This record gives sequence, structure tokens and C-alpha cells, in this order.
Amino acid sequence: MANFTPVSAAIGGALIGLSAVLLMLLTGRIAGISGIFAGMLNVRSEDKAWRVAFIAGLILVPVIAGWIGYGMAPPTLPANWAVIVAAGLLVGFGTRLGGGCTSGHGICGIGRLSIRSIAATIVFMVTAVITVAVTRHLLGG
Amino acid sequence: MGIFSGNFSRIIAPLLCGLIFGTGLLVSGMVQPTKVLGFLDIFGAWDPSLAVVMAAALAVATPGFVLARRRARPVLAGQYFWPGKSEIDAPLVLGAGLFGVGWGLVGLCPGPALESLATLSPGVIVFVVAMAGGMLLHDKWQASRPAIRDAEPMARVADG
Repeated sequence: MANFTPVSAAIGGALIGLSAVLLMLLTGRIAGISGIFAGMLNVRSEDKAWRVAFIAGLILVPVIAGWIGYGMAPPTLPANWAVIVAAGLLVGFGTRLGGGCTSGHGICGIGRLSIRSIAATIVFMVTAVITVAVTRHLLGG
Repeated sequence: MGIFSGNFSRIIAPLLCGLIFGTGLLVSGMVQPTKVLGFLDIFGAWDPSLAVVMAAALAVATPGFVLARRRARPVLAGQYFWPGKSEIDAPLVLGAGLFGVGWGLVGLCPGPALESLATLSPGVIVFVVAMAGGMLLHDKWQASRPAIRDAEPMARVADG
């Protein structure tokens, strides 16, 4: 557990929870990122403004952090482009079919004590753990 | 209502929430796929940080949602959009399963992926475009199934 960072994890987690509560309390919306983003892409959706504003806020954070000297390092991703594309397609299709992602099910859903979201979270955690085990240990990364 | 109507509820409040959410992801390290994969890699050098992130988020969100439910309507809007579905069905399990495979392959889920666009990393841009493609593919496929088309498209948008 050499990389365990409990303090920053707790502070960051509390901020994520606070954001979810404020979005619901103020605007009545669920802070599920896949749902917010998908609704922005949907041509039939008429409530795009708040979705664009929320996602703009997300993207602005590393920009502002950079201005004050806490720039974000670009994420480390697999070298294989096919893996990145496949993963993106799976995340996009899967979150739509399952109605949510780590935020919508994992935080907002469990926070509402929804059995549906608890089930979804267990399922995506299990398949993600299996995927990492296979790619890192069975196939040797 | 003055400043509390219109732009404040449509733009400023969601923008502020996005900034707080993004700060949480950045501070916790969850924008970094290596950190996320460190949690998912239970057979390697396991990093429990993501579990602490979820626990802290739930410690705030759970009582916060109870408080929100006590109000008849949100502070700045006419109604709550609480997700309506409660049953565990095949699309939920299959969708969550596929999402988990994609998440485990690179360590990016939608929030960190969108936030990481700020780094202009070509890999992140490709991932987000593919993710948008996967979402549109799903919605196109759903729209081609007339039996359930009218039953729930908006419920899904609100689901999370």
C-alpha cells in the first residue's frame, strides 16, 4: 500500500459528495457525469445549458490549477490506440445501457440508498478488477 | 426570485458544482488512471485510495440527499429530477459490466476523462471521442427498438 493517500482521498471525496448534494439541492439534477454528458450530445435534449456549464467547470479545474502552480500531469494511458478506442466505446455504450457510471451509480445512487445503483456498482467494480487482473497479471501487462 | 432564476440556476450553479466536483477529482488523484488502476489491481500493489474517496463522498452525499428530499422542490428550480428506476434488470447488469471492462482497460471513467481534456492529451481526446461514439451508438440502437422507445428515453438521461 505504498501509494495509499488517505488524506487527499478523503478531502477530494468530500468535495465530490458536496458537489453532488449542491447540484441536487440547487438545481434538482443528479451529478452523474455519463448522464450529463450524454444529455449534452442528445439532439433531442432541450436542457443543454446546465450540462455544458457543469462539464465546463470540470475542464476548467486543471486550467485554473495550472495558473496557480498546481498543473495537472497528462494522464498515463496505454500505448496501444486500439485499446484506448475500445475502452472509450465500452465506457460510453456501457454507461448508457446501465444508466450511469462511477458518479451516478457509485456516489449519487448509493447515496440515495438505491439497490439498483448498489448492484450496478458491484458489477462494474467486479468486471474492472477482473479486467485489470487479466491485462496486468495473466497477460503480463 | 431575481438573481436566483434564469442564468443562476442554468449556468452559474452547475458551473460551480462542476468546479467543486473537478477539484475533488484532482485533489483525490482520481484524474490519474494509474491511481485508479492501483485500486482495481487487488492482486498487485493495492492502493485503497479510491475506496476512501467513495466513502468520504458518501458520508457527505447520503445525509445531503436526505436533507434535499425534505424540500418540496430545489432552491433554484421547479422540480427535482430524482432517478425513477429501481429494478435490477438485464440492461443494468450488462451495461455496468461493459463499463467496468472499459474502465479497467485504461483507468478512465467519464468524469476524469472529461476533466483530463484540459491537458490536451491526444490519448484522452481519442478516448472521449470514442466514449461519445459509444453513447450515440447506444442511443441510436435504442431508438431503433420501437417497443421501448417511448417508455423511457428521458428517464435514462436522468438516471445518472
